Amino acid sequence: MTRKMPDHYYKLLRDLQAMDFVLVELTLYLDTHPHDMAALQQYNQFASARQHLSAQFEQEFGPLKHFGQGYTRAPWQWNETPWPWQV
Amino acid sequence: MWIYEKKLQYPVKVSKCDPYMAKLLLEQYGGADGELAAALRYLNQRYTIPDKVIGLLTDIGTEEFAHLEMIATMVYKLTKDATPEQLRAAGLGDHYANHDKALFYQNASGVPWTATYIQAKGDPIADLYEDIAAEEKARATYQWLIDMTDDVDLQDGLKFLREREVIHSLRFREAVEILKESHGVKKVF
Amino acid sequence: MNEYIAHAGAADQLRVWHPFVSPLDPCPPIAEKTFIIPPNVTMPWQPPGLPQFSPYEALKLGTLWPAYYSPYETTPK
Ligand SMILES: [Fe+2]
Ligand SMILES: [Fe+2]
Repeated sequence: MTRKMPDHYYKLLRDLQAMDFVLVELTLYLDTHPHDMAALQQYNQFASARQHLSAQFEQEFGPLKHFGQGYTRAPWQWNETPWPWQV
Repeated sequence: MWIYEKKLQYPVKVSKCDPYMAKLLLEQYGGADGELAAALRYLNQRYTIPDKVIGLLTDIGTEEFAHLEMIATMVYKLTKDATPEQLRAAGLGDHYANHDKALFYQNASGVPWTATYIQAKGDPIADLYEDIAAEEKARATYQWLIDMTDDVDLQDGLKFLREREVIHSLRFREAVEILKESHGVKKVF
Repeated sequence: MNEYIAHAGAADQLRVWHPFVSPLDPCPPIAEKTFIIPPNVTMPWQPPGLPQFSPYEALKLGTLWPAYYSPYETTPK
């Protein structure tokens, strides 16, 4: 069965990956520079922006996280969308 | 605890049907300097390292699992549609005999992963220098893997992973500096 | 992005050495060998306030900071 995800899926996914990557980098930086105010501010800005973007992604393509870290429609959506290594 | 997020850290793309490359990539899956070893090394050391660097070990250890998933994705895509004949030609006949196409924690030569790949000395400097060395060795392995393929899309994912090791090494070097600075008891003469 | 690749340059991080060549070596000698000194070695403590890549460039290259970008292009060895 070929199931094609829309181009929009890949676009939105990449947007989220880019935003989350900045957060990974800032996290590791802050682990060794805990007093850098500019970096702390940027971290909080991106953390809030990523919440909006992931909510938008989940609205369209189902939950990104399990264990109640997101919402589900019926039937249980977790297993509905393809897995990262499949797309 | 850990929460899984249903996305890769970086979009992995593989454009050339090359099961032999899957065999080589196993070096970073279940090899001595691979991503599994990295994740387990840092997440194990963190229990006994000084508090100031526990966060760093936790975060880098967690990121390594995301790298492991990227390598798994590459191996999966490279072998998924290969015939047993193609796998045999790629030097994966012995793998097929044991595992079919299942991934397995072993290196490029088929040696299974072992806990002796990672160290935990309990001495913060010994452990952090081990981590710095591990990152440089992982970086070097990525270089040799990049050399072994002409698939620019696969190279692209490997270059991302290589650069991450450069940054991890930097953070561990900084952690050493932080420990140098933490004079708990000032000696007065 | 490409200007960074060009200028943050592979060349700055590359070191060259010349292995001993013996007339008895069986293969045609490779006169020049290279290795890389990545920026974490030259700058082992990140100074605050460094310029950043855009999020998309950062993701593509694997770091947020141009100063710590280490390009690797395969060279025939
Ligand atoms: Fe890694
Ligand atoms: Fe690493």
